[in-house]
Amino acid sequence: MNAIEVDNLSKSYGKVDALKGVSFEVRKGELFGLIGPDGAGKTTLFRLLTTLLNPDSGSAKVEGCDIVKDYLSIRSRIGYMPGRFSLYSDLSVEENLNFFAAIFGVKIEESYDLVAPIYKHIEPFKNRKAGKLSGGMKQKLALSCALIHRPSVLFLDEPTTGVDAVSRSEFWDMLAGLKLKGITILVSTPYMDEANRCDRIALCNEGSILSIDTPEKIVQSFDSKLYGVKAKNMFALLESSRKFRGVVNCYPFGEWHHIVIDKDFDIEALKKENCLIEGFEIKSVDASIEDVFIKLMKK
Amino acid sequence: MRTFIVLLQKEFLQICRNSFLPKLIIAFPIMLMLIMPLIMTMDVRNVNVAIVDMDCSSVSRRIASHIEASDYFTLKQTSSEYPLALSALEEGDIDVIVQIPKDFERNMTTSYQERISITANAVNATKGSMGMQYVIQTIASSLKEVKNENSAIATSELITIENRYNPTLNYRHYMIPALMIIIFILICGFLPALSIVGEKESGTIEQINVTPVSRFSFILSKLLPYWIIGLFVVTIAMIIARLVYGLAPIGSVGTIYLGALLFILTISGLSLTVANFSETMQQTIFVMFFIIMVNMLMSGLLTPIDSMPEWAQNFTLILPPRFFIEILRSVYLKGTTIAELWNNFVALGLFAIIFNSLAAITYKKQS
Repeated sequence: MNAIEVDNLSKSYGKVDALKGVSFEVRKGELFGLIGPDGAGKTTLFRLLTTLLNPDSGSAKVEGCDIVKDYLSIRSRIGYMPGRFSLYSDLSVEENLNFFAAIFGVKIEESYDLVAPIYKHIEPFKNRKAGKLSGGMKQKLALSCALIHRPSVLFLDEPTTGVDAVSRSEFWDMLAGLKLKGITILVSTPYMDEANRCDRIALCNEGSILSIDTPEKIVQSFDSKLYGVKAKNMFALLESSRKFRGVVNCYPFGEWHHIVIDKDFDIEALKKENCLIEGFEIKSVDASIEDVFIKLMKK
Repeated sequence: MRTFIVLLQKEFLQICRNSFLPKLIIAFPIMLMLIMPLIMTMDVRNVNVAIVDMDCSSVSRRIASHIEASDYFTLKQTSSEYPLALSALEEGDIDVIVQIPKDFERNMTTSYQERISITANAVNATKGSMGMQYVIQTIASSLKEVKNENSAIATSELITIENRYNPTLNYRHYMIPALMIIIFILICGFLPALSIVGEKESGTIEQINVTPVSRFSFILSKLLPYWIIGLFVVTIAMIIARLVYGLAPIGSVGTIYLGALLFILTISGLSLTVANFSETMQQTIFVMFFIIMVNMLMSGLLTPIDSMPEWAQNFTLILPPRFFIEILRSVYLKGTTIAELWNNFVALGLFAIIFNSLAAITYKKQS
């Protein structure tokens, strides 16, 4: 049995279609990532699966329970960490943890082994008000509170947004630790570089899923040749490259522009045309998830 | 049950953590009860009187001295020319003119008698009419004295006046129950709504909604603290009324608490309904403020319902404070019992059921 089964789920807010018939499965114990830009419908999907919203059409099951009919049994089995910090900022770290343990009717000691690896980072500040914690510590506290009742499925909506790079990496290490304990994790992120840390990912955009697979296979599915180009005047280079024969797409990618080519492309011709341009460089690059995403979005 | 106690603990903890709410809850009713009754008074004092004495007799002098001796009046001028006094009245220096006609004393015994005329400035309608009433009473008692002295047999009084239940016509005794209701409305009406909408704004309600906590215990945990605080605060208010203004309920205190309980339920149900429909504090405050204004001004707290136009009188039937103020005033001033006030209690009970059901129906954990 799969931990999460989503079948043709749709939700619209007035005229805006937030989700357009999404289907996917998450296996038990899997770390599944929803990757997509803002407005892709990730949060709506989370709110549907955590029974905060009712779908317009389609169905979904979490741990075998229907999200509409059996919403009460879902609520005691899942842990949800919303994108926005939503613990009581006027209560202290310890009080928040005790409070959430108590409303689930559990003792902290019972799930301390699960929470401890995360909670030990913030334990020195346990008397501090939750609202006075830094961004990374808030996330750790929220994760601790979401885990306090030993949920079998964890929903993390953009847990690393607004968190520094070191804390982000730490956070993913913690998720890997939780996965080892058999918890199914559904996590969303707008950062493509985090996708590699998931078992499988779904690329989503504008309420639809573009592709679902392991990060490696998604990268392999990129079947075109890719070059990176660079020059002093990047904007002019972007314009000229887009007009060049055999270039399918050209887009900024960090310090470089990536150009996707077809069989008409002649690399020597491009080098020759640009040889007088100040600081011109060209190199062959491997595709990343972001390249796949851009390609899928263009279709 | 354990969950509910935890929720309740959290609620009290949050109220106490708030840097300003506990102070407000204590200071606000005390201030309201100590200051407002002193300011908000319809007792008319310092009425400026001018006497136009054309008689210059012992009777007219006696009237003048009585007016001068009264707490209510300040005798500003005594002249023998009416126009002079009238111009002072126009300028606002004088509120009431008493004109005693020529040969008033001599004609007192005869059948023909020119009357004393009283002119009042009624720009401030209350001051004008009340001042006039006091002047009439003062003159009537002066004349009675004179008559009694002159005739061997004391003449019987033609009119006797008795103000039942509030013998000194003390406006404070009328106002204090109204102030208690205002305190209730603000503490049990505003605060729970703001507390719930506050959780909506901070997103914490979302985190609660994904837990198995039932909406009933969550909402009850929001209300109960304010019910307790409301009853506590009204107790303070009753103590202040007793100690500072000497106003103790003639009827039973239990009747007051029963009415208070029903009223608290009603007003908090109303505030929950408003909270369910609002997403932000601003919306809540504005909507609550509007509802409270209508309730305060129209339900007979400040002005008597009987003097409203008929359509407005009918409208007051949907305002809960109308029924509670009747209970409070009659228990405080007349000592009325529950049995006599049963229809007010039934009305409050109905309101409590209606508003709380409305709140329960409109509250959704899901959308």
